[in-house]
Amino acid sequence: MPHRTVAVASRVGLHARPAALFSQAAAASGLPVTIAHGDRPPVDASSVLMVMTLGAKHGAEVTIAAEGDGADEVLDRLAELLETDLDAPEQS
Amino acid sequence: MTTPDPRELHGFGVGRGAAVGPVARAHPAPHVAQDLPAPLDLEAAKAAAEASFAAVGKGLQARADEAAGTLAEVLGATALMAKDPALLAQVRTRIDGGAAAVVAVDRAITEFSDMFLAAGGYLAERVTDLRSVRDRVVAHLEGLPEPGVPTLSRPSVVVADDLAPADTAALELDKVLAIVIEHGGPTGHTAIIAGQLGIPCVVRVIGATSLQDGVEVAVDAATGTVVVGPDDDVRQRVEARRTALAALEQDTAPGATADGHAVALLANIGTAEDAERIADVAVEGVGLFRTEVLFLGRTSAPTEDEQAEVYARVLTALGGRKVVIRTLDAGADKPLAFVTQAGEENPALGVRGFRLVRTAEDLLRTQLAAIGRAAAQTGQEPWVMAPMVATVDEAAQFAAIARDCGVRTVGVMVEVPSAALRARDVVQEVDFVSLGTNDLAQYTMATDRLRGELVDLLDPWQPAVLDLVAITARAGAEGGTPVGVCGESAADPVMALVLTGMGVTSLSMSPAAVAGVRFALGRHSLETCQRIAEAATAGRTATESRAAALELVDPQVREVLALG
Repeated sequence: MPHRTVAVASRVGLHARPAALFSQAAAASGLPVTIAHGDRPPVDASSVLMVMTLGAKHGAEVTIAAEGDGADEVLDRLAELLETDLDAPEQS
Repeated sequence: MTTPDPRELHGFGVGRGAAVGPVARAHPAPHVAQDLPAPLDLEAAKAAAEASFAAVGKGLQARADEAAGTLAEVLGATALMAKDPALLAQVRTRIDGGAAAVVAVDRAITEFSDMFLAAGGYLAERVTDLRSVRDRVVAHLEGLPEPGVPTLSRPSVVVADDLAPADTAALELDKVLAIVIEHGGPTGHTAIIAGQLGIPCVVRVIGATSLQDGVEVAVDAATGTVVVGPDDDVRQRVEARRTALAALEQDTAPGATADGHAVALLANIGTAEDAERIADVAVEGVGLFRTEVLFLGRTSAPTEDEQAEVYARVLTALGGRKVVIRTLDAGADKPLAFVTQAGEENPALGVRGFRLVRTAEDLLRTQLAAIGRAAAQTGQEPWVMAPMVATVDEAAQFAAIARDCGVRTVGVMVEVPSAALRARDVVQEVDFVSLGTNDLAQYTMATDRLRGELVDLLDPWQPAVLDLVAITARAGAEGGTPVGVCGESAADPVMALVLTGMGVTSLSMSPAAVAGVRFALGRHSLETCQRIAEAATAGRTATESRAAALELVDPQVREVLALG
């Protein structure tokens, strides 16, 4: 199955806004996408609740996988999202 | 009503406000009987549960769309939970296994809540949102009215186990005197939103849910106390604080000391929406417009057109008031896909802020050109400054590039100790400087701003940091160059007096902090501010410096602003 392993760039980790943006993007892809962190089994990437329970912190490596038409493009897009700091800065 | 022995409850206060009023209990969550029989028609039960989740998700999303800022984000996140595919799958599985729809909903959400609680920290604080989804879905399935805050017939203190964001969105703000909750944390939604709305709030108050409807309580967010049946003395103190705080919110005069020495009070913003939100707020302009938000989370830099549009929106919203734009402060810990250098070992000391000019001068020139276009289009004259300038050469280089791009008023941030120590030379190259006290403390104290356990070292009252601020302010005064402060320091009313005494000419802060700082300034003469500044710099430790400054602050200001 096509997959990508990337480090979470968001400073808060894969929580809150970054988790919501990622799960929405996964859901919008139309393909079943999974995400895994550590040695636990992969979870549904379109579920913000499951994504949050991964507890992936800033810099943590996660593996996303998808199958079907255009899986590679979808994974590239989602990987790029994970490699971006999705949390807007609040400090001066 | 006076009782001889008023009961006092304790928690964490949010903000400085205080209020006295009757308790209004929020509607409790519907109770779910766990021994309900299995549904007769599994498909119908699943359809009903799905319809209720959809209705609740839709309702929450509608409220999110009507709300703004943090509240909108929080409500949107809760709506997302109500539509979560994994949660719905679990509910369906449980109904197939013979659970009644409400039981399936309750157990599926409890399972997620337990996982979140076990994880602790941020996730544990989100449990409130999950439970609010459960309560709403269960109420919807049972045909009950939405749980939450009742319609208030008179100004009241809302008391609850915890309030979900959806509840806070439904609050009738003109009738809510204060919020007291038994659970939730100081960084939870209720606290954040109450802070944003300026409602006195105390969280984690043990025993709060034992308070009965209609009982009088005095709530003091500054001390984190809730007095049940307050006596006349407590009532008077709270009332004095409330009136004074309300009065100072009404004061919209430009910032000045008691003897009329002007100190501009400005706001820090990050987006065009922020600028539009403060259009009606009594601030004299924007002292720090962080432009990073435009660049973050993108794979390529925003075009000149895109940037010009945003800058023009900000300038238009401020309608002629002063606007200080800071050029891109990225790199290192705020990485950008298109400029950040990989593998820096000390990102805070690496290629960040103005240093990006070494590798990506185009980025800066495009931004300055966009600012120039926005200025021409709106007929405004923004001030423009560069972050992370360490030397007089860098200051001169930025000034040259900015002037070349048509910027008339050019400045640099002073947030690196070397720039502060040599401020005398730096001010010769530019039209103004602005002290970023958060980074100045980080670099002076060699302490990572993101390390919570080192927070004592980052205290802006550290005498070494105060010395660098004083050197910069003095250099500005001698050279006739305006010196602003746009870090957290400016929002602290006592520090604001110290900064004014040192010769700082403008203070930029979060808009909510302006009223307190304006009040403190107006109660002290410039000479008193100077004595307060001298007392602060004479301290040997951060604690001594703050105590020495506070000693000289007007007692009424200390009382009203609960400064200690």
